[in-house]
Amino acid sequence: MKCVFVTVGTTSFDDLIACVSAHDNLQIIQSLGYNRLVLQIGRGKVVPEPFSTESFTLDVYRYKDSLKEDLQKADLVISHAGAGSCLETLEKRKPLVVVINERLMNNHQLELAKQLHKDGHLFYCTCSMLPGLLQSMDLSTLKCFPPGQPEKFSAFLDKVVGLQK
Amino acid sequence: MVGALILAAAAGAVALLLLAVRLWVVLSPRAPVPRRSLSLLVVAGSGGHTTEILRLLENLSNAYSPRHYIVADTDEMSTHKINSFEQIRADRNPSATVLCNGPGTCVPICISALLLGILGIKKVIIVYVESICRVEHLSLSGKILFHLSDYFIVQWPTLKEKYPKSVYLGRIV
Repeated sequence: MKCVFVTVGTTSFDDLIACVSAHDNLQIIQSLGYNRLVLQIGRGKVVPEPFSTESFTLDVYRYKDSLKEDLQKADLVISHAGAGSCLETLEKRKPLVVVINERLMNNHQLELAKQLHKDGHLFYCTCSMLPGLLQSMDLSTLKCFPPGQPEKFSAFLDKVVGLQK
Repeated sequence: MVGALILAAAAGAVALLLLAVRLWVVLSPRAPVPRRSLSLLVVAGSGGHTTEILRLLENLSNAYSPRHYIVADTDEMSTHKINSFEQIRADRNPSATVLCNGPGTCVPICISALLLGILGIKKVIIVYVESICRVEHLSLSGKILFHLSDYFIVQWPTLKEKYPKSVYLGRIV
């Protein structure tokens, strides 16, 4: 069972949901060997009809308390440019395609996605480029993402506020 | 008439000067006072900001107690996240610290904290952590609080180069 997980976080990203659930793109996803597609659609107005056949399952939901489980089960994650979604996916060592929302002007989150793309940790495209990218990308070229170090922050804070062990 | 105006202007100038001096005193670096615990005010943003700040809190010891949170009325998602975070984290065990990472709501709170210092009531340490999203440009809150915080932390080397007075500890979330 190979699974693609699409997440838009707490926002909505109808263009992305409409794009991945379009018939042609479902065909592409299937041709790449995936047999399950899970869509987390947030506040979106585009709500594809879930279905399940012998060879393919489409699941759709708005929110869950935690996306951990779905991320864990995924073999490929397609996400909006949200920092939370990007970082969580990369930490779980899942291949990630970030789709940028061209309707959001001055989206400051793009800075992070662009940098992570530059550093080779994820693929990066617009909705219209997604089908082409899915077919051409080589997941093995993605670089592993080192975990963040919150312990450095706590050590720094302890020192500057004068906290004694 | 002219005399009164000159007097008023002089009084205004003195007040401004006093304010500037107090601001300088409050924000000038000082040796940390040794302590066993201190209270912490966390300004939660929304969505990604809350997630990010909770990741920082996960690693703080229980000496940061009590912990107070400021959350927007409309932000149920953050309230929920914070509640579950605090439930998982059982308290075993008070100057004060404000920790924030944007968005704009944290600016007036930091200014209030600063006022406590300017008025000589209490020195509050203001720590601002710029969001991991900010790779090359500071956020608006960041641009303001860069001048008003005691410690200003950035998470990308590009920002450290642009703002040498900031603190760069690598990626901390």
